[in-house]
Amino acid sequence: MKIQFTLNGEARSIEIAVHAKLSDVLRQLGCASVKMGCNEGACGSCAVMLNGRLVNSCLAYAAQADKGIVETVESVGSLDHPHAIQTALVEAGAVQCGYCMPGMIMAAKALFDRNPSPTDEELAIHLDGQLCRCTGYEKIQTALRNVAAAGREQAQ
Amino acid sequence: MKKQFTVVNKSVKKIDALSLATGKPMFVADFKPADALIVKMLWSPHAHARIVSIDTSEAEKLPGVKAILHHGNVPRVVHTTAGQGFPEPSPYDTFMFDRKVRHVGDRVAAVAAETVEQAEAAVKAIKVVYEELPAVMSIEAALTPGAPVIHDEPEAHVPIPVPYEPQRNLAARVAMDVGDLDAGMREADVALDHEYYTDYAQHCPIEPHVAMAHLAADGRVVITTSTQVPFHVRRIVAQTLEIPVRRIRVIKPRIGGGFGVKQEVLLEDVVALFALRTGRPVFWKYTREEEFVSSRTRHPEKMRVRAGVKKDGTITAMGLDCITNTGAYGSHALTVVCNSGSKILPLYRTGNIHFVGESCYTNLPVGGAYRGYGATQSSFAVDCMMDELAELIGMDSLEFRRMNAIKSGETSPVFRALGEGKAGVEQSIGSCELDKCIKLGAKEIGWKKRGRWQDKKGRFRRGIGMAALMQGSSIPEIDMGAASLKINDDGSFNLLMGATDLGTGSDTVLAQIAAETLGCDMDKIIVYSSDTDMTPFDVGAYASSTTYLSGMAVKNVAEKVAKQMVEVAAAMFGCPARDIKLQDNCAVTAEGKRATFSEIALRALYGTDQFQIGAVSSRISHKSPPPFSAHFVEVEVDTLTGRVRVLRYVAAVDCGTAINPKLAEGQTEGGVLNGISYALTEKYLFSPKGKMLNAGFSHYKILSMRDKPVITSILVPSYEKTGPYGAKSVSEICINGALPSIANAIYNAVGVRLRRSPFTAEDVWNAMQARAG
Repeated sequence: MKIQFTLNGEARSIEIAVHAKLSDVLRQLGCASVKMGCNEGACGSCAVMLNGRLVNSCLAYAAQADKGIVETVESVGSLDHPHAIQTALVEAGAVQCGYCMPGMIMAAKALFDRNPSPTDEELAIHLDGQLCRCTGYEKIQTALRNVAAAGREQAQ
Repeated sequence: MKKQFTVVNKSVKKIDALSLATGKPMFVADFKPADALIVKMLWSPHAHARIVSIDTSEAEKLPGVKAILHHGNVPRVVHTTAGQGFPEPSPYDTFMFDRKVRHVGDRVAAVAAETVEQAEAAVKAIKVVYEELPAVMSIEAALTPGAPVIHDEPEAHVPIPVPYEPQRNLAARVAMDVGDLDAGMREADVALDHEYYTDYAQHCPIEPHVAMAHLAADGRVVITTSTQVPFHVRRIVAQTLEIPVRRIRVIKPRIGGGFGVKQEVLLEDVVALFALRTGRPVFWKYTREEEFVSSRTRHPEKMRVRAGVKKDGTITAMGLDCITNTGAYGSHALTVVCNSGSKILPLYRTGNIHFVGESCYTNLPVGGAYRGYGATQSSFAVDCMMDELAELIGMDSLEFRRMNAIKSGETSPVFRALGEGKAGVEQSIGSCELDKCIKLGAKEIGWKKRGRWQDKKGRFRRGIGMAALMQGSSIPEIDMGAASLKINDDGSFNLLMGATDLGTGSDTVLAQIAAETLGCDMDKIIVYSSDTDMTPFDVGAYASSTTYLSGMAVKNVAEKVAKQMVEVAAAMFGCPARDIKLQDNCAVTAEGKRATFSEIALRALYGTDQFQIGAVSSRISHKSPPPFSAHFVEVEVDTLTGRVRVLRYVAAVDCGTAINPKLAEGQTEGGVLNGISYALTEKYLFSPKGKMLNAGFSHYKILSMRDKPVITSILVPSYEKTGPYGAKSVSEICINGALPSIANAIYNAVGVRLRRSPFTAEDVWNAMQARAG
């Protein structure tokens, strides 16, 4: 079947097998940031935004994206213009191997877009599905706390 | 000695962090060519069986299938998959494909096809007739006389002279005695004899094993792989496929975590042979299930500890008898169990020391290198024993550790007696701030307020425990690291290293060492690492060696380059070289005359008496200076269910000079949480026939952000004279503290001593019921 959707702001169309997973199709379309850590929805490294909702793209069918909108970390920030979440993670020393980072950032952004100043508990609950084996999450928490603090400052 | 630093000891940003955070293509799978063939493996469904026949005729006819490999059509070369120094201390007991399978998940046949679906269909169409053999499912069963022999092939041997008796399933043995254990036990006022056990666990890098290969225009095979040991990959693939080393190039891009499991050659031989046979690019990535079942694990280990103390706290004897289960193959079998002794026994002073380390084959998943490397297991046994002995003589266990722990200037006979496959190297301890680690950690956790378990009431009871730790930094007189460095027109430098950054940040740390030595900014150092065609040799990322040993190679090469630059500047200024210093990207004379690094480079490359300013350097070490650490933990035990929650964790570590403090803290915090996960939730469940039942993140629980306690890392500086700018290692020691400190904290909460890990709710509850009688 053929699907059409908006990927990171660009109209794309692609011929897919009906059972193709969204993660595989996104990688096929050049989104290397979509990482495949478990293929069972348990590690979160393939997390993307589908129609404004955070999904593990290894569990979503590509067909579900037809006529929809998909965003991956490629659209969030660049080397020259990183997103505040990316800057905070880099500055806190939260990026070790970095394999979990795209999913972690998409999940964090999904929360911050809704709630610019989450508490530690809200952060931990929201990011429960994003596994990282390198950092112990300590520096990731520090980074996201800093983003939340900036969010609180802006609100005042 | 220079202790005021410009670049070193600063938390500069990790050089690849933003590229990783913006999702740039940097990992093996990101470079997969669109026309790559996909590999799928037929894995053994049996724990122990002979392959009577393999029929691939139907599979070969299926659409898209390009080649199939099995024992009948590949070279039969006995080797080890362990990426270690050469000749390896691990037994040669592995073939690319064999006529026998030795665990559920062992290789039977591989398919390369155009698509995943076609490869999977072909795997299903291969017809194999097995003759099932009796299987060995435990350490005890393996060593019972008359047990089934797992390695009965005549080729099995160890390429170095060490004990190896495959006919009785013994993959390795090492022993040492100093003084007289029995006499020491008799001399003691209190003596104990306990058995401890640690179970299987997996590293769980979020990126599973992945490798690909293609043929270059000249017919050489290029392997791009997620590995910690690119040079060992090249050597072992050449050996296994019987092709020259010069025909192989190995490239390591970014890798998505390793923790030891990628110190092993598991995929590269297959993708390389498929590329050679088909001429096509070939790609293979493990599924998460394959990562659990068919990669490597932490060796389960049974440990008997015998120790005695006098009432004044003197340790009179320490005996440690360890047996690891290496599974179906002897990967790292000898050296892991060696480290159970060599990294732990020197920590506590005593005159009577006994150690036996053995490793046995079973028909279960294969052990391998895992962060901590044997010390993780024995730290649990030894430190819990120390805690118990201190209590029995009425001494605060913290004071007991302070009194008995090794100090700067002291040595241990263990260093000389236990090496890795040969005698060890004598050393005395240089830098050591363990005592300060203990004091600072104790203050942070509130050690003095921990109370006695007998006085604690209510359903939820809290306890505080601790552990003291040591590790090493590189394998002395075995490991080697090397680097090359050259200047460019604009005063930037290419730093080429064999050292292998597996996500730790070693590229950044080593660039900091180069920048510090050269007197330039970090952004002037362009790092390229781990490409066997381009970079000098390095044994790879293991044995806590990179910062310490590869760091010394980098410092050394930068010193050579700095000397050449000073000579060029001296010719420019017409002054003696000794009057010139390199700082702030310039050569500066005593009178304040300056030449930028770019001006020096331009003169050397284009001006007068041109030459390439550049050098190559390599280093070995005659010492393995231990980092030291004290870990403290507060737990809460639910007496109704036995569930243990970790509330707070404090890790104080002396890693010498932290080249990059934030990265050193990150290593510590990551290792600590991995250790907590190992202590509480990670467990392999097997069917009676040896099949892992929970091979996925849904049923094998690694901790998430929501599960983590607050982890406080405290860097306690010391200065190791033999290390680059005073540095020692930091990466492995941090994983060893969770098992003993949590076990000791559980005791402090509810009065039960757990001697088997992990500490599941059932185990804690059962132990409490047993104590209550």
